[in-house]
Amino acid sequence: MTEKPRVALFVTCLVDLFRPSVGFAAVKLLEDAGCAVEVPRLQSCCGQPAYNSGDRKSAQAIARTVIAAFAGFDYVVVPSGSCAGMIKVHYPALFADDPASADDARELAARTHELISFLVDVMKVEGVTARYDGVATYHDSCSGLRELGVKAQPRKLLASVAGLTLKEMRDCEVCCGFGGTFAIKYSDISDKIVEEKTGNIRASGADTLLAGDMGCLLNMAGKLERAGDRTKVRHIAEVLAGVAGPALGEPEGGA
Amino acid sequence: MKPTSRAFKANARHALGDPNLQRAMVNLRTGFAERRAHAVAQLPEWEELREQAVAIKKDTLAHLDFYLEAFEQKVIANGGQVHWCRDAAEANETVLAICRHLGATTVTKGKSMIGEEMGVNDHLEANGITPIETDLGEYIIQIRHEPPSHIIAPAVHLVKEQIAQSFRETHRDLDAARPLNDSRQMCDEARAILRPRFLAADVGITGANFLVAETGSSIIVTNEGNGDLTQTLPKAHIVLASLEKVVPTLEDAATILRLLARSATGQEFSSYTTVLTGPRRRDDADGPGEYHVVLLDNGRSALLGGEFEDMLRCIRCAACLNHCPVYRAIGGQSYGWVYPGPMGSVLTPSLIGIEQAGNLPNASTFCGQCESVCPMKIPLPKMMRHWREREFQRHLPPRAYRLGLAVWGFFARRPALYRHVADAGARVLGYVGRGRGRFRALPFAAGWTRTRDMPAPEGRSFMSLWTERQGQRKSR
Repeated sequence: MTEKPRVALFVTCLVDLFRPSVGFAAVKLLEDAGCAVEVPRLQSCCGQPAYNSGDRKSAQAIARTVIAAFAGFDYVVVPSGSCAGMIKVHYPALFADDPASADDARELAARTHELISFLVDVMKVEGVTARYDGVATYHDSCSGLRELGVKAQPRKLLASVAGLTLKEMRDCEVCCGFGGTFAIKYSDISDKIVEEKTGNIRASGADTLLAGDMGCLLNMAGKLERAGDRTKVRHIAEVLAGVAGPALGEPEGGA
Repeated sequence: MKPTSRAFKANARHALGDPNLQRAMVNLRTGFAERRAHAVAQLPEWEELREQAVAIKKDTLAHLDFYLEAFEQKVIANGGQVHWCRDAAEANETVLAICRHLGATTVTKGKSMIGEEMGVNDHLEANGITPIETDLGEYIIQIRHEPPSHIIAPAVHLVKEQIAQSFRETHRDLDAARPLNDSRQMCDEARAILRPRFLAADVGITGANFLVAETGSSIIVTNEGNGDLTQTLPKAHIVLASLEKVVPTLEDAATILRLLARSATGQEFSSYTTVLTGPRRRDDADGPGEYHVVLLDNGRSALLGGEFEDMLRCIRCAACLNHCPVYRAIGGQSYGWVYPGPMGSVLTPSLIGIEQAGNLPNASTFCGQCESVCPMKIPLPKMMRHWREREFQRHLPPRAYRLGLAVWGFFARRPALYRHVADAGARVLGYVGRGRGRFRALPFAAGWTRTRDMPAPEGRSFMSLWTERQGQRKSR
């Protein structure tokens, strides 16, 4: 047996602030897969809000702190396709005018993975031991799907969860309307898009909605809750790790 | 066309509340997106074809001057004329001069987005010449005095009841009791109205999907055959085309044509693909007496060599519109100028200025669907981000937004400080929200909570919990 790979968890700001249990679920999944997990203290955000708002300088400054904080690990794993995509796809582009930093960014990008695809593609995890009694539908978040090719991996692991049935919704690859600051700046349009999405979730007949990105999950959960819908909304890592606290938006002790 | 892109948000709100538009937009998915997916699935060499097409356009743009001059030489050799126009005003004057020279009173028009960009109809009308749109969708919006909402299906935002009503109001000499319930009846009626106008027109104006340098030809694709009647019957045919429409050879055009119809409508090929090369020759059975190509720059040459050059690969298939969740929610007129959807969000600021069109590249979730379906692999989200960067450099975004971003950026750059702020935030929001598990109103996210709840945080930040659980474990 070779030495365990040293994996740094990039928590992401939304998991850090809203849903620490996703972070702990990610740690459990990584440890179960045979990784030695560390959480570098000097981390905050990947810088995407600045990058997508056109504030390239701030995005570069934040990216430099991330590059420094995550130096030296075998892998950097992120429980979000969006933040992982930022590091993996956009950091190298961000430093197009700074070759030295661009090299560091490429080096980090090569070691960085979205959580679920890391488990399946790199750690060769075939299944999990968790149990979840319910019918789930899975939303393919945009960056994970189109920037990183996260599509089959979550479905593969969900298929191994005892008691869980996966029912695909219509248009599972269509955006939920979150889009970061878009949801605030263009809230009317965002709302219309998430209304379509929650319609499809409802029509799928699932009792649980899963996805790999907190931003999308907050958006879809918020819309479902406003409509009085009782669909449980969870990050996929919670289900795969067998963590069963209250679903997103549920009060402690269940709805 | 006077831009209303500054009023994008108000336009969008109006569109979101328009039940007819919302009903019409549902057809986009079944009518375009699903058919495209089917057509692409039938073609194993799709990705290879995209690569080839991109290579053709890249080469063309790298030597644009050469190919355009080659095209012009061929057009002249065939007996036609090329008019180089820097902007819309020059192009409009050129068209008017040709029409006046021929004493034209009516002009038939095939669909042309360059014509929309120029506002050529208004210019002709203001000078006593009547333009008649002959593409059914264009005809409908012309009689309704509306701008197009889509680059290949200009009336896609309308439902058939609205069209029937417009027909009744416009075609007043027809029997008022006639049935106009289905699209077949409306098609027949438009055809009957338009047929004599084709025959009477003095000049025909079309756009061009391609200009072929090798032969001096213009190529148009249509599904109605109206383009053929427009360009072959009158005394003169005027082609309105922008610089980047040129391709080196007929074979190159054929390669890109294989992508075009599939991306646009899911057809393998459009019903009519017409190659027109110069005016009628002595032995030709038909054809226009004169052949003019109005070659419009209108800011495009300034994009060459810059971060928006890739946009000049666009072949106007509209796949990006059809797959865009934002476009599908609000329709094309909300964008406030000629080109809507993702391609418009990149192109419009280049043509009318980012001050006018700043909303457009911002109103995107960056979902990436547009780039993934673009047959020419144009990195649309990346270029929208470039526009946001230019906007930011010029301090154009609202002050409150810039301030919020600056405050957030201050902490995000200082992770040691950020950790405490995040934990404090998680504790406060978690404490306040734990009763219901979610917020129905949040002052700093009012746009969100007007229509959605905001799930409450669990109450502690991950980083603080992790540090606690690790005990005094040495940090890195």
